[in-house]
Amino acid sequence: MLALWIVLAVVLVGLVAFVGAALVRRGRSPAPPPADDAAAGRGTALSAPPPPPPSAPASVPEPLAPEAAVLRQGLAKSRGAISGYLRALRARGSVDDATWDDLEEALLRADVGVSTTTALLEDLRGKVRNGEVRGADGVLEALRRDLESSLVADDGCELRFVDDKTNVWLFVGVNGVGKTTTIGKVARQQVAAGRSVLLAAGDTFRAAAGEQLDRWADRVGVELVRGREGGDPSAVVFDAVQRAAARGNDLVLADTAGRLHTKVNLIEELKKIRRVAERPPGTVSEVLLVLDATTGQNGLAQARQFLEAVGVTGVVLTKLDGTAKGGIVLSIERELGLPVKLVGIGEGAEDLVPFHPAEFVAALFE
Amino acid sequence: MFDVLSDRLEAILGRLRSRGRLSQGDVEEALREIRTALLEADVEVGVARSLVDGIRNRLVGEELSRSLSPGQQVVKAVNEQLVQALGGETLHITYAPAPPTVVLLAGLQGSGKTTTAAKLARWFRQQGRNPMLAGADLQRPAAVEQLRILGEQSGVPVFSEPTDALSVARRSLEEARRRGRDVLIVDTAGRLTIDQALMDEVRRLSEALTPHYTFLVIDAMTGQDAVSTAQAFHGALSLDGVILTKLDSDARGGAALSVKEVVGRPIAFASTGERLADFDQFHPDRMASRILGMGDVLSLIEQAEREFDREVAEEGATRLLEGRFTLDDFLAQLQQVKKLGSLGGILSLLPGVPKDLKAADSIVDDRQLSQVEAIICSMTAKERAEPALVDGSRRQRIARGSGTSTQEVNQLLRQFKEAQAVMRSPGMLGGLLGGGRGLDGLRQAAKMADALGGEGGALAGLAGAGAPESPADQLSGLAGMGGLSSLAGLPGAPGGMSDGRGGPAKGGKGKKKGGRVTPKSGRPRPPR
Repeated sequence: MLALWIVLAVVLVGLVAFVGAALVRRGRSPAPPPADDAAAGRGTALSAPPPPPPSAPASVPEPLAPEAAVLRQGLAKSRGAISGYLRALRARGSVDDATWDDLEEALLRADVGVSTTTALLEDLRGKVRNGEVRGADGVLEALRRDLESSLVADDGCELRFVDDKTNVWLFVGVNGVGKTTTIGKVARQQVAAGRSVLLAAGDTFRAAAGEQLDRWADRVGVELVRGREGGDPSAVVFDAVQRAAARGNDLVLADTAGRLHTKVNLIEELKKIRRVAERPPGTVSEVLLVLDATTGQNGLAQARQFLEAVGVTGVVLTKLDGTAKGGIVLSIERELGLPVKLVGIGEGAEDLVPFHPAEFVAALFE
Repeated sequence: MFDVLSDRLEAILGRLRSRGRLSQGDVEEALREIRTALLEADVEVGVARSLVDGIRNRLVGEELSRSLSPGQQVVKAVNEQLVQALGGETLHITYAPAPPTVVLLAGLQGSGKTTTAAKLARWFRQQGRNPMLAGADLQRPAAVEQLRILGEQSGVPVFSEPTDALSVARRSLEEARRRGRDVLIVDTAGRLTIDQALMDEVRRLSEALTPHYTFLVIDAMTGQDAVSTAQAFHGALSLDGVILTKLDSDARGGAALSVKEVVGRPIAFASTGERLADFDQFHPDRMASRILGMGDVLSLIEQAEREFDREVAEEGATRLLEGRFTLDDFLAQLQQVKKLGSLGGILSLLPGVPKDLKAADSIVDDRQLSQVEAIICSMTAKERAEPALVDGSRRQRIARGSGTSTQEVNQLLRQFKEAQAVMRSPGMLGGLLGGGRGLDGLRQAAKMADALGGEGGALAGLAGAGAPESPADQLSGLAGMGGLSSLAGLPGAPGGMSDGRGGPAKGGKGKKKGGRVTPKSGRPRPPR
């Protein structure tokens, strides 16, 4: 039936264009047709937060700096925006309507989104009603705990690596989020951890994307596989995997072109890249969705579509050193179960740290 | 679950039909829904609050219109408030008496400054100017290379040197004067507003260049942070306007509203895709509709209008309405539609299109279109006029010629036949004759058109044609609408399209002067 739809849609677009063009010229005001509201978060029921993973000695390569401290430092500059609400809240001491208003505003300003915020506060209200939680301080503490426990930590944040295989970590996301820069940083970290890394310039579309990754390759001291500009990105990834296998590289970091999750043909292209990367000897051990911390509710739609299309395994939250709070990852984690694995806190090669829920939540509020 | 603001409002206000006015209580309930909708669209919390206050004033005591349902009426009020908030003055570019007119672009990392710079350059060229680009982003690896490549694509020279941003700025100004360029567009590095050093740098750049226009480039999917970013840049640079990018996403774009409210400068341009041509002046009414989650049919129409060959479109439409639509017509229309960019993208702009067509894993993609095209092209003229002629051996020939299978050929022919049947059915043209399911959709659309006070509303209203029960229903409504306009003899009827494009937009439509002259061939596209 789908091809029929194509036929009809094509015809109608033409028809509509022809007819509509002149109507449009007579001045216009839009009307409310039923639309497919794909963008914003909707009233989806939130599942209970997953229990915190059992703690086990992390086998992540040695971090370049104690991650909590570095994250805290990277976020220090952006404090202050939301703290005003919370100071006032604490000062009042008791829990009243204003408390809930202030909390709601604080969460919304952090891009937590309407439905997640509502669910969180409903939960807290219940706890206050049955006496589990008392006072403004109590409410804040309970909120903090709720948020932290809903975010995956430790083992869940590890970057997966399969021994004795040619691992491929695929970096995907919409335009301008920081995929290429993140790859440079990850490459540096992995090299420091003693792994042998190869880069694949899978962005064959954007002008000078290959050059940009090339500079990173030089900076970090790894090799790069490039293709023709405008060529098939799958071919580049394939070549990279072959080369890595032949030369005994542990890990291929594959860049892809930024693409909007709404562009069907581009998503199809991405699916193909993944399929090709998965062909032996390659094994795709991570598909990282790179997400800009300034993104609003659209971040959830992005995560959903990319997850569905290529099986995203984790999120890299970039530009968290700015004023944006990145609260959208809360919805992403709660609704899709996708953990944040890495956080970008600057444009330099060292500005990448593992995700740390407690610090992240603290930064949301301070 | 309810998808759209008007649906939600219907649920709340639907019972009010019998009453004459909207009471305080009704309004408050409605306003809560509206606030939620705005926040979900990423409108900043404080901005949403003041908008809701404004809407409250509009609504209390408002008489319920006879032709609109209460929900629709509230949406109309909200829409008007948003259009006002987003609009006001349009930015008219005026040029400096002593060239070059300097344009400075600033913004966060990844907002799209470099691509925008090239698009702006192309736009200025279309206005008959002689622009030059300056690559002052020396921070990001290969940013200057990117600008050079894009500059080449837009036919505009690019100046840069590997020194520092300030030198590049100064020297590019000298260079622009020396070469007699009358517009200089300066791309800068993305920077965080809390990075004091970088904010100082851009201030110094501005002082050195004394730009005539300073634009903040902001990503349409930005969340609550849009306000603090805009405030900081405005404070440092005194912005003249804002350029909104990546509007081809499904982000509702509330950031546009927030920024406009806070900075008080117009949104000058909108970037709607990765091609250099995907750049136009900003339309407040379309943005309002988008923020409310109502799609952007009008952009699609305009794009189609720009790209489509008028005669081909007219011919196809007439034959469609007369039930004479053939494979040849379909092929011609298909080729037109290809000029609009990805089909998925087009469909996403049309509200009321069923979800499975828009879903990321649907198979509506451009490869399919090419396949369909190939099959039709492998048919003879006779076969196209009369698909019933195609028997086994012909089918095989067509399949071989188009690189497809006989099943695929068969499928296309079968489905085209079904499509023809739908198009000929009473429901489709029934709107004209006063019968069939299309009529309800038609009535609704006509009501909306009247109420919103503009015939253009009828078109946007076409997708508001009631609650669609089935694909055929929706299509009946849509096509019926087309029928209605030709019946009513509106200027939309064939032959009536000769009035020129008036309106505030001074640029961007360089191809049209007075009578419409539509180009016959699409613009060359980079491989995508």
